Amino acid sequence: MEAWLFVSPSAVGFLIFFLGPLCAVVYFSMTEWNLLTQQAAFVGLANFEDALLENPDFWHVVRNSVIFALGLVPLNMALALTLALALSRPFFGVVFFRTVFFAPVVTSAIAWAIVWKFLLQGEGGFINQMLAIVGISGPNWLREPNWAMAAVIVTRVIKMVGLNMILYIAALQAIPRDYEAAARLEGASRWQIFRMIIWPLLAPTTLIIMVITTIGSFKVFDHIYQMTGGGPENGTLVLAFYIYQQGFKFFNIGYASALAMIMFVIVMMLTIVQVMLRRKGAE
Amino acid sequence: MTQRQTQILYRTCWTIALLIVAIPFMFPFVWMVSAGFKSTTEIFGAPTLIPRVWRWQNFIEVFTYQPFARQYFNSLYIAILVTVLTLIISSLAGYALARMRFAGAGLLMLFLISALMVPEEVTIIPNFFLIRSMGLVDTHWPLILLPTFGPQGVMATFLMRQYFLALPKELEDAGKMDGLSRFGVWWRIALPMSRPALAAVAIITFLSSWNLFLEPLIFLSSLEMFTLPLALSNFNDSYGLPLWNLQLAATTLAVVPILIVYLIAQRQIIESFALSGVKG
Repeated sequence: MEAWLFVSPSAVGFLIFFLGPLCAVVYFSMTEWNLLTQQAAFVGLANFEDALLENPDFWHVVRNSVIFALGLVPLNMALALTLALALSRPFFGVVFFRTVFFAPVVTSAIAWAIVWKFLLQGEGGFINQMLAIVGISGPNWLREPNWAMAAVIVTRVIKMVGLNMILYIAALQAIPRDYEAAARLEGASRWQIFRMIIWPLLAPTTLIIMVITTIGSFKVFDHIYQMTGGGPENGTLVLAFYIYQQGFKFFNIGYASALAMIMFVIVMMLTIVQVMLRRKGAE
Repeated sequence: MTQRQTQILYRTCWTIALLIVAIPFMFPFVWMVSAGFKSTTEIFGAPTLIPRVWRWQNFIEVFTYQPFARQYFNSLYIAILVTVLTLIISSLAGYALARMRFAGAGLLMLFLISALMVPEEVTIIPNFFLIRSMGLVDTHWPLILLPTFGPQGVMATFLMRQYFLALPKELEDAGKMDGLSRFGVWWRIALPMSRPALAAVAIITFLSSWNLFLEPLIFLSSLEMFTLPLALSNFNDSYGLPLWNLQLAATTLAVVPILIVYLIAQRQIIESFALSGVKG
């Protein structure tokens, strides 16, 4: 009984603000409920039908989310690993570089997005002014759908890559030095050492980072809210933003809840894949 | 070339490459501060790193355009409150999950693990109605309650549990023999030994509250109640276009103190994030 005194603040709050709402969203997703009309009616799976079969916006949003993830995850992980390999051993300036690459992680996403939106303006933006010097006429980055998506992905990678970098550094530092020394004695090249020794030993870390980063990419909201507002022409409208828009801008509570359920299923599937892969790796 | 020379050449090339990669990480901060001091005309003229005319007025107008001092204070007190609450609640629950056997422990763990992965966007709609039915819309309560008991709080609980599990049991047993209650053991023995974990939880919780955006956006409507991220995104003229120099001056005021603390305590802060990241 004593133990429940310890866990009760956490358990009660968890019940009220997490588990309850999670059950409620399942019910909400099966109602037709528009806040403006104040009517809630049970409609079964109609909202899911609407999303999956009828509303072309939904698949456009899914497509955007997938493009965002496919762009962000490999770029983030490749850069994180490269930086970690360069910074996992002490040399003059290593602390400086680690501090610099991690600094955007502690910065608010809104602040980061404000500054990059400023840098990426079409006319008079710093990036385009620099490009003009070398004779390139830069696009209006955040006003053209494809460029806007690319810009959002790249600035997000710069913001978050530091986190994966330090996870990789921790994993690299846990690899015994003898392995590499032995391989070098055998005459292995740097690439061979990486390919045959380091990369396989990093596999569990790579897996965790991949899943965490993918889930994170589906959750991205504030960054997009501030940089593009989901535009232009819904070119950067991703799932988390779509939920916000439907729920809190258009007050389609039922439909937005169905979207939230879909997001829940996606994230849960990714989590299960992670657990399964890790079990397989442990065998 | 000798072996030593190749080594030096190699190092130099790496360092130069790293410096180039570092530009997009550092430059936004530099440009933010510089633009925060510029006038509207200079901001769109030929780029200058050092403003031709230092317009200190921007930093005064930030405070007259919005109740920025109030908003700053809101962010600060909310972040402190959330941090303190999270420290207490997560270390209590984490301790019980690590050290005590009780009915329902397994089920609780299962629930908590699943909560770790669920994005706040999933539960935000029902939470909105819950908070509204409590009459707490446009107050700071949802910004305190939702993160403390949501995924952020759960993560803190796990971090604490993990740390308690790794502590030696003997000291606690000795404390029990000396007549300390469970609560006494937690407060006098377990907590003082887990300073690194408490520091990690405090750092991560403070930062995530300080940077919280979705909840303020949904729950707050009066300017005096805004927190910093919401206030920053709100420096627009009557056409909804950004007032760049004011916005960047305000962003400077919001970001620079955090950056200074980060530079002083970078080792501790980076380690905290590493600790929370490898928990999975």
